[in-house]
Amino acid sequence: MKSFRPIGAIVLRHFYLLRGSPARLLPLFAWVAVDILLWGFITRYLNSVTKSGLNFVPTLLGAVLLWDFFTRVMHGVSSAFFEDVWARNFLNIFATPLSISHYLTGLVITSITTSVIGLIVMLVLATTVFGLSFFTYGLMFFPFLVVLFLFGVSLGIFGCALVLRLGPASEWLIWPIPALLSPFAGVFYPLATLPRWMQCVSSVLPPAYVFEGMRRIVAGGTVSLLPLVFGTCLAAVYILLACGYFVSVYHHAQRTGLIARYSAETLS
Amino acid sequence: MSDVLSITGLRKEFGHTVAVDGISFQVGRNEIVGLLGPNGAGKTTTINMILGVIQPSSGGICVEGLDLAAHRGRALERTNFAAVYSPLPGNLTVTQNLRIFGLIYGVDDLSERIEELLKQFDLVAFRNEKCGVLSSGEQTRAALAKAMLNRPHLLLLDEPTASLDPSVARDIRSRIRSHAVHGAGGVLWTSHNMYEVQDVCDRVLFLSHGKILLQGNPKTLPSEHGKATLEELFITVAREPLKLEGTGE
Repeated sequence: MKSFRPIGAIVLRHFYLLRGSPARLLPLFAWVAVDILLWGFITRYLNSVTKSGLNFVPTLLGAVLLWDFFTRVMHGVSSAFFEDVWARNFLNIFATPLSISHYLTGLVITSITTSVIGLIVMLVLATTVFGLSFFTYGLMFFPFLVVLFLFGVSLGIFGCALVLRLGPASEWLIWPIPALLSPFAGVFYPLATLPRWMQCVSSVLPPAYVFEGMRRIVAGGTVSLLPLVFGTCLAAVYILLACGYFVSVYHHAQRTGLIARYSAETLS
Repeated sequence: MSDVLSITGLRKEFGHTVAVDGISFQVGRNEIVGLLGPNGAGKTTTINMILGVIQPSSGGICVEGLDLAAHRGRALERTNFAAVYSPLPGNLTVTQNLRIFGLIYGVDDLSERIEELLKQFDLVAFRNEKCGVLSSGEQTRAALAKAMLNRPHLLLLDEPTASLDPSVARDIRSRIRSHAVHGAGGVLWTSHNMYEVQDVCDRVLFLSHGKILLQGNPKTLPSEHGKATLEELFITVAREPLKLEGTGE
């Protein structure tokens, strides 16, 4: 049990920060709630004006919910790391027996907690206000969440490594990453809509398999587990690569002395 | 007297700049060693290498016989530090910070230990205050309480009393002295306050341009080099290090 204490410390730190700061607590559910409301009403409007009989709620609102979940996971990992950047806490943290694996595990557990809060709020709003039924997706909803969670973790860790490497100001490169990927992930449209080169990019993005599967289910088709297994494996590989990148950046920071003198505009 | 810290041929280059140039020294058990030198002499780089946040270009660091490069976690479990440039996160309270670092260092009976330290460093009244709103002296005391959490066998202090008033500074010095004398460890201490160094340190090392120029007893070292005070000796090291080179080994 003693070996898990350092992980607990990282999680506890975030709990203390959330408890003591409404500015940190509010974004956990406020922005996702606004997103669900906005897209909920858009889908209602689309259902009323189109004569195709297509129900946009499970297609669009479900997609927004899943994409927001992925974004929350990624931002959950990176913002837990940013807390150390903002508090200039690197020297205190990295001059302890805390290992990199414990530190990253702590960040991921923190992210699970915060993203699950957002997910619950979204589920409650989407089902109660807009009638989104998750029975539509059946049991496939859980593998969808797993793929998005793993990919969110990998991008979150990659974002942390990038900020450690390039300096605190580069955090502004991290926030828009999900928006940058969304056209390729086919969140709102089938991948067949995309030009060939964009489809090639999509094929290496695990969320693309989730949203293609989701649309197939809504259209009444059956989903093969194989693409989702491939998406899961791909996301797992990305986690390993992201961890490897973080470790390599950390060792670079040790060699250059970057951790000890990490400041607002460090670039080396 | 077994060594808690053993440094051998420690060197650090940043590009073409040599920050620490092959230094070797030991800190014994129950010993307080002062690491002195002008700004840019390599003191903080040395401390950061001992803390594992800067990787040496060459040389070895052993904490109680554990090679830092090979056994980082175990070596740092028995080490701790306080530095004037590394305050505790200002967005957490004193108790929260102590709890978090206590968990990271794997401190047993953590709640009792925190209470003990809050009393010892006169922080009881500030226990629920965020560290960021404390005065610089209170922040220093909080950082020192964190540094004592795991009852470190090797305590590294980088100008620990720089922002304290003379009365609190004396009190802190005596606590650290007592930690060194009655505890199981040693202390490596940097300071620009020569009075403090003379009062507290058993031995001092003068660093200039990354090299150890002189070492010895801070009470007798000035006279051995024809100086009246430690401060005078310090100024000579800072301004005319070549005069002293080769005389200290």
